[in-house]
Amino acid sequence: MQTTTVKVNRNEVVNIILSALRDVLESQGVEELPTLDETTRLIGRSAALDSMGLVTLIVEVEQRLEANYDLVVVLADDRAMSQTRSPFLSVATLADYVMQLAVEQG
Amino acid sequence: MEGSVVLVTGARKGIGRFLAEYYVRRGARVIGCSRSEPDWTLEHYRHFCVDVADEAGVRKMMAAIGKEFGRLDVLINNAGVASMNHVLLTPAATAERIFATNMQGVFLLCREAAKLMQRRRYGRIVNISTVAVPLRLEGEALYAASKSAVVTFTQILAREVAAFGITANVVAPTPIETDLIRHVPKEKIDAIVERLAIKRLGRFEDVANVIDFFIRPESDYITGQVITLGGVG
Repeated sequence: MQTTTVKVNRNEVVNIILSALRDVLESQGVEELPTLDETTRLIGRSAALDSMGLVTLIVEVEQRLEANYDLVVVLADDRAMSQTRSPFLSVATLADYVMQLAVEQG
Repeated sequence: MEGSVVLVTGARKGIGRFLAEYYVRRGARVIGCSRSEPDWTLEHYRHFCVDVADEAGVRKMMAAIGKEFGRLDVLINNAGVASMNHVLLTPAATAERIFATNMQGVFLLCREAAKLMQRRRYGRIVNISTVAVPLRLEGEALYAASKSAVVTFTQILAREVAAFGITANVVAPTPIETDLIRHVPKEKIDAIVERLAIKRLGRFEDVANVIDFFIRPESDYITGQVITLGGVG
């Protein structure tokens, strides 16, 4: 697990992502929510979300990071979009990417 | 408009300033931005100094709007630069500058505004094009091309953000007495006016009238459209 001196805590970031994910799924009318945890896939065949859901999730996570931590980041930046291993693969990889951006911002 | 939050880019002067004042008079809370500070102030108006082509600056402004106002109802992408020149005499730096402000700026503002608007599942985006596009005005190739890009961008954006309750439309004004055409010779302007169905220069009010229509809550079934002033089309 990544350690950092910035105010952002990885467990909290995971919780932000999970709660945003839950809200997005509910807003899409998903009645029986699947088990959501760090291993939950965000893209690919077994993804919990469709493509519009992923867009909404990323925006939601950006806004909650901003509201909770004053952390202003663009998650879908050039680096994220060009990585061989997408940071949007799962809740865990997204949390790692958020932590990386937070550390860079200090 | 009472209580609505409206963002106007390029608000320091010209149409932008007119629109800022106009929507304040109509009861909106208006935010404006430009690269430099305006030499005027207004109650219920908040100004940000930001270059619309600067991603970090736009992101920061939108975060501040979210924090301060909690919402954004209307975005009017008015900021624009023009440069009249023959293609063979146009420096690459001019082309870059035109596309940075006119296209990249519109894209960044739309992207960040839509993120804020989708929170409330409501938003109205109005982008500005020009009659130089349908009239294929010589001497304005780069400017018109950048505005043509704005039209296509808006039409696709409209489809992508429809699910969030956001509409995106375009108004394409004729020449209006602003700084943008200050250096254009009078005979050039007269020649353009001659090609319009209604033979006069545009007025700020003509632009505001179309924007009013696009941003009405009742216009929620109107998106991806271009309204050109002066009877050109």
